[in-house]
Amino acid sequence: MSPSRGDRWLAGALGLAAALAGGAIVLILAFLVIEAWPALRQVGLSRFLGDSGWLPAAGPDGNFNLVPMLAGTVAVTAGAMLLAVPAGVISAIFCRYYAPLGVSHIYRRLIEVLAGIPSVVYGFWGLVVLVPWITRFRPPGQSLLAGALILALMVLPTVALLAESALRSLPRSYFEGAAALGLGRFTTVRSLALPAAAPGIGAGCVLATARALGETMAVLMVCGNVVQVPTSFFDPIRTLTANIALEMAYATQFHRSALFVSGLALMGLVGLLISAVERLSPKPAYE
Amino acid sequence: MSASPRETLDSPQKLQDACISTEGLSVSYAKSYALRDLHLEIPRGSITALVGPSGCGKSSFLKTLNRLTDLITGCRVTGSVRLDGEDIYQSGFDVLSLRRRVGMIFQKPNPFPLSIRRNLTLPLEEHGTQDSAALAAKTEAALRDVGLWDEVKDRLDSSAMILSGGQQQRLCIARALALGPEVVLLDEPCSALDPLSSAVVEDLIASLRESYTVIIVTHNLSQARRIADQTALFWLENGAGTLIETAPTEQFFSQPQHRLTKEYVSGARG
Amino acid sequence: MNRSSVKADRTATFLCWIVAFAVTGTFFWILWDLLGHGFKGISWSFLTTQPRDAGRSGGISSVLVSTSLILGVCLGVAIPTGVGTAAFLSEWIPRKSRVGRWIRRSLDLLAAVPSIVFGLFGAVFFGEVLGFGFSILSGGLTLALMVLPILIRATEAGFRSASEELRLGGAALGLRRATILRHLLLPAASHGIVVGLVLGVGRALAETAALIFTSGYVTRMPSSLLDSGRSISVHIYDLAMNVPGGEANAYATAVVLILLLILINSLASWATQTWLGGRSLP
Ligand SMILES: Nc1ncnc2c1ncn2[C@@H]1O[C@H](COP(=O)(O)OP(=O)(O)O)[C@@H](O)[C@H]1O
Ligand SMILES: [Mg+2]
Repeated sequence: MSPSRGDRWLAGALGLAAALAGGAIVLILAFLVIEAWPALRQVGLSRFLGDSGWLPAAGPDGNFNLVPMLAGTVAVTAGAMLLAVPAGVISAIFCRYYAPLGVSHIYRRLIEVLAGIPSVVYGFWGLVVLVPWITRFRPPGQSLLAGALILALMVLPTVALLAESALRSLPRSYFEGAAALGLGRFTTVRSLALPAAAPGIGAGCVLATARALGETMAVLMVCGNVVQVPTSFFDPIRTLTANIALEMAYATQFHRSALFVSGLALMGLVGLLISAVERLSPKPAYE
Repeated sequence: MSASPRETLDSPQKLQDACISTEGLSVSYAKSYALRDLHLEIPRGSITALVGPSGCGKSSFLKTLNRLTDLITGCRVTGSVRLDGEDIYQSGFDVLSLRRRVGMIFQKPNPFPLSIRRNLTLPLEEHGTQDSAALAAKTEAALRDVGLWDEVKDRLDSSAMILSGGQQQRLCIARALALGPEVVLLDEPCSALDPLSSAVVEDLIASLRESYTVIIVTHNLSQARRIADQTALFWLENGAGTLIETAPTEQFFSQPQHRLTKEYVSGARG
Repeated sequence: MNRSSVKADRTATFLCWIVAFAVTGTFFWILWDLLGHGFKGISWSFLTTQPRDAGRSGGISSVLVSTSLILGVCLGVAIPTGVGTAAFLSEWIPRKSRVGRWIRRSLDLLAAVPSIVFGLFGAVFFGEVLGFGFSILSGGLTLALMVLPILIRATEAGFRSASEELRLGGAALGLRRATILRHLLLPAASHGIVVGLVLGVGRALAETAALIFTSGYVTRMPSSLLDSGRSISVHIYDLAMNVPGGEANAYATAVVLILLLILINSLASWATQTWLGGRSLP
């Protein structure tokens, strides 16, 4: 078919838009690598993991140990997921199987609203309500615990909504079969629904983990931002993301390049998780 | 490529003025043939009915005539289709104006979800009518041609979707006629309509005979008998649609030549 | 059913309700706290006066202006690019083509990029390489990249929901693909576009980390797109973290932000209903 002139123009425009949209991630990754390169080359990976501290402003002779930030990120994410996964999955089960219809409807809506609250608002609430509350038990309050609690609240909707949709997509025949065998509700849920929906629920959890890893504002506001490997839940920590947010404003040259290294590390972690999601679920990861 | 009509020796009838002629036309989808080696001539200014059981390639055949097959991924057309002697599959052929010259009406009425007026003006503007007075005149003429004008003239700007099925189908016909086509293809145009609307649309189709070359696919044999000048039977043989018999309608029904035609016409098969 | 199974079901029921109560309770705790402290700070003058004393007093007018400008730049770039890409993916190339697969893949990855990384990229690419500096333009463009995947997915779903009849019917009348797209498919996909816009605007309004190093902190009323401007969520962050005594205005600003998000969501569901109800005709 020979396209008309108008069609050829449009094809060009659409192709350009698609190239821009599809190329954005390539550009972002390229810039991360280019900007991180000076620090990576002169400092080397080993010092990012084994230096005696974090004093990047001193140039190539400074200290570049990212381990406290990595540990903080992993600890706060793990803590959050420890809470959010059970609470989210139970919320989904509640919605699908245990709640009366009206309640289920309202509860689902509430979870959607929770998902829509901006992270800076969560962070603010954590700072003015949660942190003082924790301080009463164990100062300083700004801590790994506060970060994990806030993050858990933030990613719970992701877990709950994706688990709910995984449970919802199970074929009705499963449950008819179970009912015909006289299986009880709990048995049906535990032995039938949860295993069958496991890939979808797993994908939801991994996705939520990626969100928690990448979250900046909330942890920046409630975690205290002290560069140290935490030894208790009440220790203040600094995450990779918070580290970038705090230092980018005044970082120059070498210091800045080191921050891009931490950005690259973050992107690597998230990329790993996303490819795990692709493995787990046949559908695209993001709706 | 030559633009002059070519004499075909292997077609069943020789017609002095063929509007459309196909030679060795085959259509295949991803895995199988829908239509194989079809030779057919459609005389100008007449109504040709295509009959036959479902799945024997009638719709596929119609879609080759306006190259709607281009839109179906995995669909391949071989052989030739000539419109006024010109091969419509030759490279560089203007498909958009082909589709203006060869209008098509579908089984399910498919007006655009726009206003009644816009359903007509959009294609008209596309094919070069820009002047608003001309647009209004052509809109009115087309709606009068299909007998819809009096029914809708006061609500031209309301949605075409609120019309009844029969009205929608007539709007679709008006939309095609407004472009001044030479050929009108109709794919079971009445089978989604109630009997009353069906009769109205059938009368409308019969009235097209003088001014257009009409090809209609129908499952309703008495409808074919009432309106068609020429009738063709398609059948599924060896997994692909083929043309069994073409004859003037009276002869097709009263003295069918082929065994399958006899059985199909008498209702014994199909 | 045996006894232990009944008992297990009872325990599960109990557990479910406990979790549901805890989540609901926390939700209302947050809501109560925000509204209780924030509502009294909101007034007409709060919305229409500029921040004073680092935001401790005064209102948020310049913040609202900057936010709208950032959002305007973001949507001005994201809508054409996003709708164009969606049209390309679902209408122009074969559904399962390799190009399409790669573009969708990159968009999935783009959607997963943490916002602070967008901030890093935006600061370097828009701020330095393209020379926009700390500006509303840099911030808006960075946000545009962030909302693209959401917008494209939703718009693509809209195109897919458009019926095949439109494409065939349009082609049978000899309409150009451009005309079919513009006049038939785009209106049919408008529902998806609206959904994508709401999600995108929601994300853009809520965004903080990507804006700190792109559009910056400045509270002055911006006079051009090349001025730095503080968005509403950056304002909340700054008042809460860096301004002792800024809490009251942070509360009020947070309530304004939430009200804005609610407003946008209701606008969208209203618009969707209007379109789906078929009341508006192009
Ligand atoms: N878009 C398509 N893709 C694949 N196969 C098709 C398509 N359209 C029609 N076919 C196949 O081609 C054959 C002929 O179909 P069709 O032309 O619709 O027959 P009829 O209109 O006579 O019922 C059928 O076997 C049908 O399954
Ligand atoms: Mg058919």
